[in-house]
Amino acid sequence: MSLSVRSLTVGYGRSAVLSEFSLSVASGEFVVVAGPSGCGKSTLLRAVAGLIPFSGAISVDGVAVRGPSRDRALVFQDDGLLPWRTALRNVELPLALQGVPRSERRSRALSWLDRVGLAGVEGYLPRELSGGMRQRVQLARTLAQQPSVVLMDEPFGALDAQTRSSMQELVTEVLAGTTTLFVTHDVDEAVLLGDRVVVLGAGEVERQRDAILAAVKA
Amino acid sequence: MRWALRIGSVAVVLLLWQVLTATDTRMWLRFDQLPTVVEVAQRFAVQVGGAEYYHDLGNSLARIMTGFLLAAVLGIAFGVLIARFPLLGDLLRPPLEVVRPIPAIALVPIAILLFPTDEQGIVFITFIAAFFPILVSTRHAVRALPTIWEDAVRTMGASRVQVLFRVVLPGTLPGVFGGLSVGMGVAWICVISAEMISGQFGVGYRTWQAYTVVDYPGVIVGMVTIGLLGYLTSAAVELLGRRVTRWLPREALR
Repeated sequence: MSLSVRSLTVGYGRSAVLSEFSLSVASGEFVVVAGPSGCGKSTLLRAVAGLIPFSGAISVDGVAVRGPSRDRALVFQDDGLLPWRTALRNVELPLALQGVPRSERRSRALSWLDRVGLAGVEGYLPRELSGGMRQRVQLARTLAQQPSVVLMDEPFGALDAQTRSSMQELVTEVLAGTTTLFVTHDVDEAVLLGDRVVVLGAGEVERQRDAILAAVKA
Repeated sequence: MRWALRIGSVAVVLLLWQVLTATDTRMWLRFDQLPTVVEVAQRFAVQVGGAEYYHDLGNSLARIMTGFLLAAVLGIAFGVLIARFPLLGDLLRPPLEVVRPIPAIALVPIAILLFPTDEQGIVFITFIAAFFPILVSTRHAVRALPTIWEDAVRTMGASRVQVLFRVVLPGTLPGVFGGLSVGMGVAWICVISAEMISGQFGVGYRTWQAYTVVDYPGVIVGMVTIGLLGYLTSAAVELLGRRVTRWLPREALR
């Protein structure tokens, strides 16, 4: 499942957040977009997710993106879980939306929670979980959705260093072979996780500096 | 200790009432006109023993429940529609905003003319009273909903209807319950007032009836009954609200 972004422009004229940005992610590739706050990283993900209007062309496997779909899952920095649903019911949600029968979605959600190391917390509400655990639930929910492309918007930005590094390990493990576009302001994280790192500049003049850094994968 | 204090304060008020009325005290305020606590209690015992009391109770409860439930369903539905669909908002808001500032009880003449039976008129007044607080708080709650939940669900492939039922309705419940609590309060005010004006049964009717036949202990019994019913129904709304919003952060709970 490859992702292609061509001449993406969001906003108008001088106030454009992104202008004429192009990027392609090969099938199974893990690409990290790094850049300072306000450079348009989140905007890029929201455009690819189909949540905001844009000009240019975005396509997944040649199919043009016209709006949000279960094809492209978005993982948020924090608070992406529905607070009134337990961890289990949050993971079940994408399956419920797809019409998977109750008993089957339950067992599938449980196995995804197990996969991210959260066996036993299925009955807890998001507010009863730590920030790291909530991000694990989000990851399990994304995996349950089985999207073609995973979009991650600074998913570990709100975590402490130790939790962050264990989450990075987990992501490398469970998303291996999944087409992923990951956004971060942390250069170390970018180099650690990415098969390829794209640096997004702060100004409109600076476009894409494809600083291809060979990722060191363990 | 704190419970002893609370019960003690009620006992002192009752005692003061008994002393002032039993001694026919007149010091600008005329306590000699009012029944004593003992008289009221005796009267209450008689009333509770008869069928009429429960008949009135049932009538008032049926009226308030019908009006309130109608108001809850329509208030929430209209609140969501107005907040989510700008076109519907433009269409529905102007007439609603014109009617909203009118106290529901001022609509009694209209209700009498409009509805074939007094019963329906009373339910209508109760409905109007509860409808607006529920509508307004629902509208605000929908507007204040964090967009991130909706974004999350839309990127899971949810349709508009699914977003409505999976995100908008559950997410606005805390705000909606604020409106339901207020709505229940004003609904009682209005059902009792409407019964006093045009009812044939009901606690409000009975209370006013007692006043016109100079049965003052009966008036107080009616007032106490209204207070109890109001308290119990508000508590039921509150309890239900806490149950369905137990996911709120602890500091938001009282």
